[in-house]
Amino acid sequence: MSARLRWRKFVSNLMLTLTGVCALVSVAVLFFILGYLVYNGGTSVNWAFFTQLPKPVGETGGGMANAIVGSAKLLLAASLIGVPIGFFGGIYLAEYSGAKVASVVRYAADLLNGVPSIVIGIFAYSMVVLPFKHFSTLAGAFALGLMMIPITLRSTEEFLGAVPRMLREGAMALGASKWKTIKTVIVPAAYRGILTAILLALARVAGETAPLLFTAFGNRFWSQGWGQPTASLPVMIFTYAVSPYEDWHRQAWAAGLVLLGLILIINILARTILSRGIAVPRS
Amino acid sequence: MTASSNPELSVKVNAAAGAPAAKENAAAMPMRMTISKLNFFYGSKQILFDINMGIADKRVTALIGPSGCGKSTLLRILNRMHETVATSRLEGEVLLDRQNILAQDVTSLRRRVGMVFQRPNPFPKSIFENVAYGPRINGFKGPIAEVVERSLRNAALWDEVKDHLHKSAYELSGGQQQRLCIARALAVEPEVLLLDEPCSALDPISTAKIEELLVELKNLTTLAIVTHNMQQAARVSDFTAFVLTGQMIEFSPTPQLFTTPTDPRTEAYITGRFG
Repeated sequence: MSARLRWRKFVSNLMLTLTGVCALVSVAVLFFILGYLVYNGGTSVNWAFFTQLPKPVGETGGGMANAIVGSAKLLLAASLIGVPIGFFGGIYLAEYSGAKVASVVRYAADLLNGVPSIVIGIFAYSMVVLPFKHFSTLAGAFALGLMMIPITLRSTEEFLGAVPRMLREGAMALGASKWKTIKTVIVPAAYRGILTAILLALARVAGETAPLLFTAFGNRFWSQGWGQPTASLPVMIFTYAVSPYEDWHRQAWAAGLVLLGLILIINILARTILSRGIAVPRS
Repeated sequence: MTASSNPELSVKVNAAAGAPAAKENAAAMPMRMTISKLNFFYGSKQILFDINMGIADKRVTALIGPSGCGKSTLLRILNRMHETVATSRLEGEVLLDRQNILAQDVTSLRRRVGMVFQRPNPFPKSIFENVAYGPRINGFKGPIAEVVERSLRNAALWDEVKDHLHKSAYELSGGQQQRLCIARALAVEPEVLLLDEPCSALDPISTAKIEELLVELKNLTTLAIVTHNMQQAARVSDFTAFVLTGQMIEFSPTPQLFTTPTDPRTEAYITGRFG
């Protein structure tokens, strides 16, 4: 075997190993985090964790029922704010706007998507918290909702744009108006993709902490309403993790595990939706 | 659907054979649509030049010509599908039952003038929902299942799909999908049905079925078909228009155009010297 050939084989094997290891590491990180969460928090994920309020400092036990409900309320309200704006904006971009307007809005949405979440938090603080002089669930939902707009908008636009032109023409040739065509053919043809994207947007903001720190704030008890501060899983993790108490650390790990589980479930749900129903053939 | 304004003329049709009576002549036929002095542009590029022709009632009119000659564009103008291109511009007159189609509400025009496209384009819905779509969006409140069955029967598809109406339309073969699209168009009872190369994506057996169907459909509605297949035009149509580089070279009863063309360019095209 010539030296040159040996060198080639060596490089080939080296790159195979290198790329393989990198691929393995990417997967391993997820499982390592998952394993670490289970190891540290697994024992604290029990019935009480889901049903009880946090215990006062010094007492062990208790749960994070208020934070779980708080997170759910925040996500619900955030979706109500972010999804319609993103969805209808996406329809406008894909179906009505000219190329110039579309590129400007698209660019702005991408920038908004890149705004650090802490900045979104400050913005929500000055827009909602300061005028009402109150931390509130709504303020937190406002911040999270803003973060959902660009993802929903871009993916709605993308999935609508992928609907074949011949389907539009088919509907129009039957006497469907533009809006009717969009409503009865184009959106139904794209809805699985759009729904998946919305779920992924939801999964993404579910773990956001920074925008909630000074909007939804936190609460050791049940939130008294949409206008009052509320606990949420990410903020709870933050508060408990930096506390000096051993039991709180365990609960923070448990909350992390629950949050990750929630996000995994949303992801799996999204994938299931994407693989069901009548798919439009690509042409 | 309104009846032919000149019913005694229909006696001339040799319905059984599908071959038109050779004596039939374009001038004597009642016209469902008439196109006069039509010029059409995409931006500054002129696509059609001074087109004059008619679409005879309850007959099949074929538009033939080489690729890119403007025959599909001409067909799409008949239900204003050309308007999907923002830069398009039209001069001249297109009448449907003596009324200018450009002055009408476009959605009600398209309900009266249906269209079947080059490639089957069923919606990502069930077979039933595909056919029911047109009547539904047009506010049909009656027994929709009857309309669906009648339309599928008229499109010669009923027997093949009656046991799985709620399956996805994409589970049908290409030829069945195209007949489904025809059924979908028939469900709104169009006065004119435009077909833009409806067989170009189909195999010969499916093509034969559709051609057979078109001849049947003459009893029901008025048809205009674009085809690049001259044999197809000869088999199914009563009148044929030959279009070349945006100009109407010849418009005659089909037997006449294929046997004794008046223009040398028509003769050159149908004998296969170009195109």
